[in-house]
This record gives sequence, C-alpha cells and structure tokens, in this order.
Amino acid sequence: MSNGRHLAPRPGFVLDVDRNSPPIVFHHGEGFRLEKLPPGRSRVIYPAEPLEGLADPDGAIRHALDNPLGDSEPLRALLHSDMKLTIAFDDISLPLPPMRRPDIRQRVIEAVLDLAAEAGVDDVHLIAALAVHRRMTEDELRHAVGDRVYDAFAPDGRLYNHDAEDPDGMVVLGETPHGEDVQFSRRAAESDLVVYVNINLVAMDGGHKSTATGLSGYTSLRHHHNVHTMSNSRSFMDQKNSALHASNWRMGKVLKDAGVKIFQIETTVNNDTFGRQGPMALLQKREWEWSTRDRMQFLAMKAGLDLMPTGAKRKAFSSWQAPYALTSVQAGEIEAVHEVTTANVYRQQLVAVEGQTDILTMGLPYICPYNVNSIMNPILVMCLGLGYFFNLYRGRPLVREGGVLILSHPTPWEFHPVHHPSYIDFFEQVLADTTDPAEIERKYEKQFAEDEWYIHLYRNSYAYHGVHPFYMWYWGTHALEHLGRVIIVGGDPAAVRRMGFQPASSLQDALEMASDVVGPQPTITHMKNPPILMADVT
Amino acid sequence: MIPENLAGRRIAITGSTGFLGTALVERLLRSAPGCELVLIVRPGRRGADRRVERDILRNDAFNNLRTQLGADGFAEMTSRRITAVAGDVTSDGLGLDAEGLAALASSDIVIHSAAVVSFDSPLDQAVEVNLLGPVRVVETLVSLGVTPHLVTVSTCYVAGSRRGRAPEEPVDASAFFVDVDWRGEVDAARRIRLDTETESRTPGNLKGFRSEAHGELGAAGIPSLAAKTEQLRCRWVDEKMAAAGVARATSLGFPDAYAFTKALGEIAVAESAGDVPISVVRPAIIESAHSEPSPGWIRGFRMAEPVIISYARGLLKEFPGVPEGTVDVIPVDFVVAAICAVAARGPLGPDEGADIVQVASGSVNPLQYGHLVDMVREWFTEHPIYDEMGQPITVPQWSFPGRGRVRKQLQRAARTLDRAQKVFEVLPVRGRQAEVGARLEEQRELIGRAEGYVDLYGAYAECEAVYGLEHLLGLWDSLDDADQATFGFDPRVIDWSRYVPDVHLPSVVKAGRVPMRPPARGGESRSERLRRQVLAPERQLVAFDLENTLIASNVVASYAWLGSRHLRGRDRARFVAHLVAEAPTLLSLDKKDRSDFLRHFYRRYEGAPVDQIAEDSMEQFSELILAKSFPAGIRRVRQHKALGHRTVLITGALDFVVEPFRPLFDDIVSAELGVVDGAYDGRMTAVPPTGEARYQALADHAELHGLDLRESVAYADSASDLPMLEAVGFPVAVNPETRLASIARKRGWLVEDFRQSPGMRRSVLPLAPAGSASR
Repeated sequence: MSNGRHLAPRPGFVLDVDRNSPPIVFHHGEGFRLEKLPPGRSRVIYPAEPLEGLADPDGAIRHALDNPLGDSEPLRALLHSDMKLTIAFDDISLPLPPMRRPDIRQRVIEAVLDLAAEAGVDDVHLIAALAVHRRMTEDELRHAVGDRVYDAFAPDGRLYNHDAEDPDGMVVLGETPHGEDVQFSRRAAESDLVVYVNINLVAMDGGHKSTATGLSGYTSLRHHHNVHTMSNSRSFMDQKNSALHASNWRMGKVLKDAGVKIFQIETTVNNDTFGRQGPMALLQKREWEWSTRDRMQFLAMKAGLDLMPTGAKRKAFSSWQAPYALTSVQAGEIEAVHEVTTANVYRQQLVAVEGQTDILTMGLPYICPYNVNSIMNPILVMCLGLGYFFNLYRGRPLVREGGVLILSHPTPWEFHPVHHPSYIDFFEQVLADTTDPAEIERKYEKQFAEDEWYIHLYRNSYAYHGVHPFYMWYWGTHALEHLGRVIIVGGDPAAVRRMGFQPASSLQDALEMASDVVGPQPTITHMKNPPILMADVT
Repeated sequence: MIPENLAGRRIAITGSTGFLGTALVERLLRSAPGCELVLIVRPGRRGADRRVERDILRNDAFNNLRTQLGADGFAEMTSRRITAVAGDVTSDGLGLDAEGLAALASSDIVIHSAAVVSFDSPLDQAVEVNLLGPVRVVETLVSLGVTPHLVTVSTCYVAGSRRGRAPEEPVDASAFFVDVDWRGEVDAARRIRLDTETESRTPGNLKGFRSEAHGELGAAGIPSLAAKTEQLRCRWVDEKMAAAGVARATSLGFPDAYAFTKALGEIAVAESAGDVPISVVRPAIIESAHSEPSPGWIRGFRMAEPVIISYARGLLKEFPGVPEGTVDVIPVDFVVAAICAVAARGPLGPDEGADIVQVASGSVNPLQYGHLVDMVREWFTEHPIYDEMGQPITVPQWSFPGRGRVRKQLQRAARTLDRAQKVFEVLPVRGRQAEVGARLEEQRELIGRAEGYVDLYGAYAECEAVYGLEHLLGLWDSLDDADQATFGFDPRVIDWSRYVPDVHLPSVVKAGRVPMRPPARGGESRSERLRRQVLAPERQLVAFDLENTLIASNVVASYAWLGSRHLRGRDRARFVAHLVAEAPTLLSLDKKDRSDFLRHFYRRYEGAPVDQIAEDSMEQFSELILAKSFPAGIRRVRQHKALGHRTVLITGALDFVVEPFRPLFDDIVSAELGVVDGAYDGRMTAVPPTGEARYQALADHAELHGLDLRESVAYADSASDLPMLEAVGFPVAVNPETRLASIARKRGWLVEDFRQSPGMRRSVLPLAPAGSASR
C-alpha cells in the first residue's frame, strides 16, 4: 500500500484532469459510478489522507479533563457529592458513519463518570442531546455509551433521550438581544453542572450549538433553523460567516447568564472513514494509484452491488462502521475549547482550491446525518447535496453564482415510515405545492411543527419531529439561491422533478444539460467527498 | 279518417309505460286530437298520476309535442285528455277501484298492450301476464256489462317455430297447432312455481345457497350471509321457472315462453270474450322508430340490442343463424299506426273473417340476416366501441354457425374463466391483482349473458316462418291519403340499408350507453370524483379498519412479535415452530368466522403481564406496526380529521396493540381482554368488532354522536367488512381482496391502493429483534 501507517499522511490535492487521468469513482447511494471527466477543463478535489490518531486516547481524555481551556476549573474541581450532574452527548447523527466500538462518547463518558464517582456524585443523568431528531434505540444508545454505562443508568431511567416536546421537561430561560427565545432542558437547566460530550465531525458542529441546539426545542430552533438564517450563512460551515453560528452563540450567552454551568468536552476524529484495509479502503485512494488488484476488486464489488436488491445493499452498507481515530480532545470553557476544536477539524479537512468553477459535481454517498439505520429519502438527498456538501467551503462557494450543481444519487422515492413520517407528507403535499423555501416556511412550517400526531411519534416512537423535513429543505436555501440549475444523475425522475431538479441518466447528459445554463466548454470541479473535505476557495 | 273516427272516443290502454305503449299514447295525443285516454298503470309507490307523469309523459317521445304546445299547453292538454287509473292485469278485476271500473266502463275502445316481453321470464309470470292478462281484461268488461272494441297486442310468433307461410288466422286454426288446454297450462305453471319454491327449501339446496353466499362474501357475518343466501335462493327459483318456461314452450313447438303464452292468451281471450268484439294485432320483432315520434326513438334495452352490443364489444364472436334467413323486424311507429287504424276502423263483423292483423316485414320487404350482419359489422368498424383502456374494439367476422357450435364456444370460454376465477378466489391476492380477479368475474358474467342471448334469440334468428300480411295491406289500401301520410305502416317503404345504419344502430348504442369515443384526457376520472366526494367537508363520520387497510400486519404478527420479544435461543425456536405448525388451522378458522378465530387466538395471551405488554406494545408500534403501515392510509385519516370529520378506528385487534394510534383517531373501538391479578386472562370482555358487530359498533357510534351514516365514509379491505361498508353512504375498498374487489367494481365504490413505504423489508413471521429487550 502506498500510504501505509508509517508514512506521513498527505494533504488534500487538486487534480487537473488530462487525457491520461483514469475515470473517477463517484459515490452513488448504495453503489458507485465510474465517470470520465472532460480533460483540459476538469479538476478533482481529493480529501487529505487520515491524520495519525492519538496514541493513548484515554490518557488524552483524562489530560483534557484535568487541564481545561479558557476560564474553567478542572472537571474534578467542579464535582461534589451533593450536586446535580447532567452529562449530555451527541446523538446518532454523529459521527458518520457510526464508528467502531468503543465510541469516543463511551471513552469520554466513562472518564467523566470515574471522576464523578471519585467525588461521590450520586445524582447523574445522561441525556442524548437530539433536539428534534429521532430518539435513539436501545442498541444505538448501547453503541454510543457502551454496555457498562447503559446497564448502570438506563434501567432506572437516568439515561434517556432528550424530549423537546415534554411540557414539564422544557423551560424557557430568556431571550437574546435579537428577541430569540432560549428554550432548554429543565433537567440540564436545574443541574449544578452540565458536561457536554461532543464529536466534532464538521466545522458546523460543537461550541454553543451543542447545548443551545441539542438540548432545546422548536421554540428556540425556529429562530435560527429558518430560511433567513440559512440565506445569511455563507457558509454555515464557516463560523465567521454563519448567522446560524452567531445565533447559537447569542443563545449560549443567555444560558450562561441564566446560570447554566457547562463544561464542554470536544473531540475530533481523523478522515479514516472507510479504513486502510477492507472492502471500502479503495474509496480513500486516489484512482491513478490503484493497483491492478484494486481495479479488479472494485469491478467485482460494483458488479456484486448491481445484482443485489436494494434492501440487502442498504443493510450491507449500514453495517459499515468507521475505524475513526481520535485526533484531539479538549475540555473546559465552550468558546476556548471550540476554537481549538475547529482548528483541528480544519487541519484534517481543509483543501486549498484556486478559483470557482462553472459546474460542480458530487457523488452522494449512502449516508447523511439523518438516515443512520434508515433510508436516504429524496429530501435527505437534497439536504446532503445542497445543504451539507455545497456548504463545505470557506471563502466562496466552489461553483460560481448561476453555475450548475450535478449530484449523483439514485434518489429513490422511498421513505422510512417510522423514522420519517412527516417527510412523507412533506414530499407528497408540500413539495407538490411549491419548492420555494420561503413560501414553504410561511405556509406550512407551523402546521407541521405543532401537529399532534407527529409530536406523538417523535416522543413515543422513533420519528424525526414534524418540523424536521422543513429544516432539511432550508438547509439548501443558500445553494438554491446561488445555483442556476441542479441536476441529479441516475435519480428517480419523478422524485427528482418533485424537488424542482432535473434528472439525467448519465453524467454526459447532465453536462450537456448544464451547458444550456453555463455555456459551452464549461469548467468542471468534482468534489470527492467523503472522506470529508472542506474547500478553502480563494 | 282515423282522427275523425277516434274523435270524441275514450280509449283505455294497458301497458302504456312500455315501449309500444308509450309510443301509442304519444301518437294518439298528437295525431288524434279528439280522443281521450284512460291509462291503466300499476300505481307503484307514487300513485297512478305520478307514474303517468314520470314514466310516460317525461319520456323524450313527447319532446315534439311539448315543444309544439309549450310546457303549460302540454300540461293542460294532458290533464284534460288523460285519466290515470291504478290497475294491474295480474289481479282479478284488473285491481281497479270503483272509479277505475267506471272509467273502464265508459271507454269505447280498449287497447291491451301490457305484456312480459322478456324472453327469459319465469313461466308462471309469463302465464299470469301474457295468458291471463287479456282474459282478465275481457272478463272485467263482461262483468261490467259493456262491449267496447278490444284491441289486443299479440305477436307474430304465436305461429310457433315453423318454416313457410304463417297467415293471419286464429292460432288454433293452424294445422301445426298442438291442442292443449290453456287452463291446464295455467294450473301447471302455478304448480311448478310451488314445487320449485319447495325444492329450493330442501336442506341440501339451502346448504348449497349458503355455501355459495359464503364463497361470494367470505366471513361477512351471519346477517349478511343470510340476506345473500335468500337472494340466491330467489334467483335460483326464477332461473328454474324460466327454464321450465323454455322447456314447456319448445315442447309444444314455440321458440320461448313469451310466444307460447301469447298464443294460449289469444285462444283464452277468444273463449272468454262473450259479446266483446276483439281485434288482434300481431307485430313481429319491434325495433326503434322509423320516423315517429323521431327517427330511432327507442325505449328500454330491447330484443336485438343486447346481442348487437355484445357483438360490438367483441364478446359474441359468433351468432347462430342462416345468412339467407329473414329477420322479421318492424319499426315501432308502424305497429302504433296499425293499432290506430284497427281501432279507428272498429271490429270486423262476424262474416268478415278473422279479425287479426300481422304487422311484419318479412313477406313483402325481407331483411336478410346476412345483410343485417354485414351492416352491423360495417357500422361498428366505422364507429367502434372503446374498451376501458381507450382502445377501439375490432368486431369479428361471423361465419353463421349453427346454434350448437356457438353454444359450445361460449361454454368453453365460460369454463376457462370459471377455472381462472376459482384460482383467483383462493389466491391471497389484494389490491391491483385482486382487481384482475374482479375483471375475470365480470367477463364471466358477460359470457353468461351472451350464452343466454344465443339460447333465446337464436331460436328467432333461426326461425324461417313468413308472416302473411293480407289483412294489414288491405287495411292500408282502405286508408285515405291523409291517413296514409299520418299513420304510415306499409312495411314495403322501409329501406333497410338506410334504416339499420342511420336510424337503428345509432339509437341502440345511445340507449346502451356504450363508450363511442376514447375517454377524454385531462378530465376528472371516476376515482378522482369519488375521492372528492369522500373528502368533501360535509362528510360526518369516517370509520377505518386496521389490518390491510392502514397496516400490512395482523393479529398473528402482533402476537408473534410480542411473544418472541423476551425469548431467546431454543425457546424462541420452539415458539416459532409452534406458531408455524398451527398456521393452517388458524387460517381456516379465520376464513370461517373471524370472531371465533379471534376468540381462539387471543387465548394465548392468558397470563401475559399487563405492564410488560403495555411497554412492549409501544416498541411494537414502532418496529412492527408503523414499519408496516401504509403512509397514504395514515395521511388519509389525517386528511379526514383536518376536514373536521369524526374519525374512528374499528378493529378486531387488541386494545393495547392499537393504543399508540390513539392521537390519530377521535375514537378507537377494539377487542379487549379481561385482567386478573395484573395479567390478561385470555378472554375477550365483549364480542370483538368484526363482521356485523363492526357495523353495530359503527352504528352505535354514529347514534351516540348524532351523525348520519349516509353522510359517512368507511374504509375496509375485506368482504367480511361488507355490513359496515354497506351501511355508509361512501364506502371505500382499500387494497381489496378478490371478493371485495369484484363487489366494489360492480357497485362503483372507490377503490384505494394504499401501499407500504417502498424499501421496507417484508418478513413472513415478524419476530422481535433477538435479544434487544432481554439482554
């Protein structure tokens, strides 16, 4: 292998496609496409190779708890026997895909609980800070916190999912100068200390957002999860230019002023999404470095996937767990911690790119934050492409204003009836009426958000909140405003059209269609993601 | 002369609501302005006056007259000239009251045209109307001591199935007539009815009807099955009586019971007439109007029309008959004119020969069968009927086979369809596939009907009698020019090549309401219209079944999931093996009676701890029930709720299983188990809401909340839900199984195809994920 452990990882790379460039692997849901890009005017952005993980993660965690950043005492100094302690942690949406055991949350929580035990703290609650995401199942909680913690806390109800619709469990703590209500978990608000355990996969995560969003509900969320904020976050992955970030920071201040004491523990992982060994390792290699064996293996895998029924493919892919390694852990005061965390995210993910492009292409993978152990429905395809991936830039978007975005994904007209009931109705009713985010927000959001049935399913079953599909659609606001056209290659034409996009059966067709918008001989940039990269566009 | 002769006369008419009768009333009102009419009609629920207004005067036959006089003038004229009298030719004394009798007694002319013309009517019914009807008319006249001129309408076919000349002579004057005593035939027909009724009630036959009803409806509950069984019994008796009619008629050389009873009727009425002078008018096959009241005017779906339509639909590939043979057709206005002429002329004297006029075309202007078929094929090639996919149907070429061969072809097709239908009935198919089964059944019925046509009308197509028209033509020659212009009935003037394609066929397809153009695109489809009605704000109560209507799951699956949740390893395997081994028994029990099945099945919840089940049920709701739900179905419930309808779930599933559905509905009616010491005892506390109990639950609910079932909607998937579906004004069949699919199709109910979210895996026996709750 050309990039074995002993070699220093190489940074991200921009390939200029010429006649000798091999075809590029595009993610395509639970499958792949091999695409030849036009030479002379195309380039491919490759993510950096995985950074080395910390040699002793548990040691590093203990060190971080004892040596906090910013204006904070070490954790053990904050713990005392008669206190109320709440440990909140990131939910199933992080990291992606789920990582191999032990999950970082388990390592950190065990370290925190060790200290709490030493201090004789009895009143400890653990809360999955999922805001309006679906509840985590027992298996998923066990995976995140480990069996030992689960068995100790879950049976007597001290480990549970956040419930943003529990009328007794939520409290409004105040209002920001911008008039934003700050709603918060009552248990967390009434605790002497909230310890937050985060996994910072992308630059948007963490900081005040962990608590101000994760432990809040619709009353708070509507102030920043909306069309206006999204339109003014360029991008929401870039903290300095994100209205979403600013709002969360304002809310963080309200929490602090209300006396909520938070000890923030943030972690970053490397880019080892698909492993250096095994069936998916190819996806982390650059195509021109493939060996003959790699090529054979890829063709065999592709042929096999083409033959498998959707359900089996979905099962095979969702069983993949990433061998992520911890690259940093820092604890203490939120803002000080988050600065270091963000630097560590950038260290792994930033790739310098010169200039914008006419056409941006992306292969969308099988997973996004909201379909773990589930189905990637068309709305999530939109959110992953136009929300997450489009916004993975700093400076300016990879594609010029009025340019074209070409996504590759099967985009099946399929929905998980348990996880995404409100998505089904959003797709069938709302999108049949309009695809304009502002109009959707105005006409439909409140009705879905306050729907009794969706609230029932969110609280008692495993459903995303009724308002969640709206947020998914808002996530694409900036891209929708910026782009001249969106084309989805290989998608279900009916589903693609329902979203206001254009279906194409091949990349060649899509490029033809795109030239209607951007003119002949356009420049093309392919963002080869995941493993995750963030374009630093100058 | 005719108008003058009829002026100031009072004419009583029976059968005025029929095809011929309506045309006759119209013609007399229009062309003989001086006469008055006494119309003897069965009063029905609304009374004789209303019946005359609705069933006669509103017919489009009167359009010309109405336009000519204006609406008010028409009303004035009809009320002045028409007396409606309630009566019935099947009752002695015609069922007339004193007023009716007086009206009859004051009549100068009586035209008796009431008849059962359908060729497959039960024998006793044909006897009562066709044979005894005219007898009762003369007997009534005799008893009133009056002697008006009685004109009775009979048929050319009283001559029987024969080849060659059939002159205008009394039935019993023919050398071919087999002399039978008409009174004996009346007694026999009544006896056969009694015998058949008795036979239909033997235990063996009743059992047969019940099992047939069960086959059609499934486990629909006892009341529904009982109603269906009785319906089948009555139908069986009628069919037997019709068969008896054909058998008796053919045994005496008549094509069917109609001709046979008409023939005996002529003899009987002559015998009973006393001093009442009688004229007999015998039309051949009466078809649409040649020119009066308007070209092509027709009422009802008549003799040859079903055959023609079946042919155009491609259903009848062959029809028996000889191409050189004659089809003796006569337009209705010719018959009407002849009757008027006979009435105006008055009865013949005793020395003037038989007072019989045949109105036919065969002897002077024959329409050959081959010619007719050519014209029909040509016309439908140019104006094809469209099938439900919107494609034109190509009409087949006939080879004029014998009746036996056609019947064999049809029987073969029927057998094939029977087999296919049987296969479909036992297959556990639903929704779209089940509709294929429903279509098969429809095809089978059409074939059955075609078989009937071949049997009945084949005799006519093969009839080679030639009806003499000396009296008719003599009558024609006696008319003056004015009468000939107004009351045309000379069959020699008919140009068949014009009449068949330009006049008759367009009116046949119009009367048959067959699609003559591909369905318009863009317009609202039938299901869209039905769906709009179902989702109209004014609907009140909406009832939903659960299994296969909102979720693709059932009580066995629920039990399997709940029962396996806390089992591991070998216990789990044993549990599965046990359930699988029992499956056949359970299935057959479920087919027989749903509530017995539930009672039997729910026993196994005995001893299950209530708390544990409540907790597990919530998990089951997510992992099994919602996972197998039909999102479109759930959305529909919510749509109804948003429209302000009261939604209620009525299910045989257990309360704890459906409890998580609570917020979706205004109310839930489900089965409940008794509880002893914190555990279920496995016995239901009440009759589970299935079959008619489901209907009862719905009716109770409607009454409790003061809601109108006629303004309500019910969604269900199976024929066992019929009592509930039939009770509401807007039934919806969801993914129906074959039986319900065919019922829904026949009755024009909305059929919805709710499906599981694509991408969800299916499992035969859903078990709780191993160990997740038991670790």
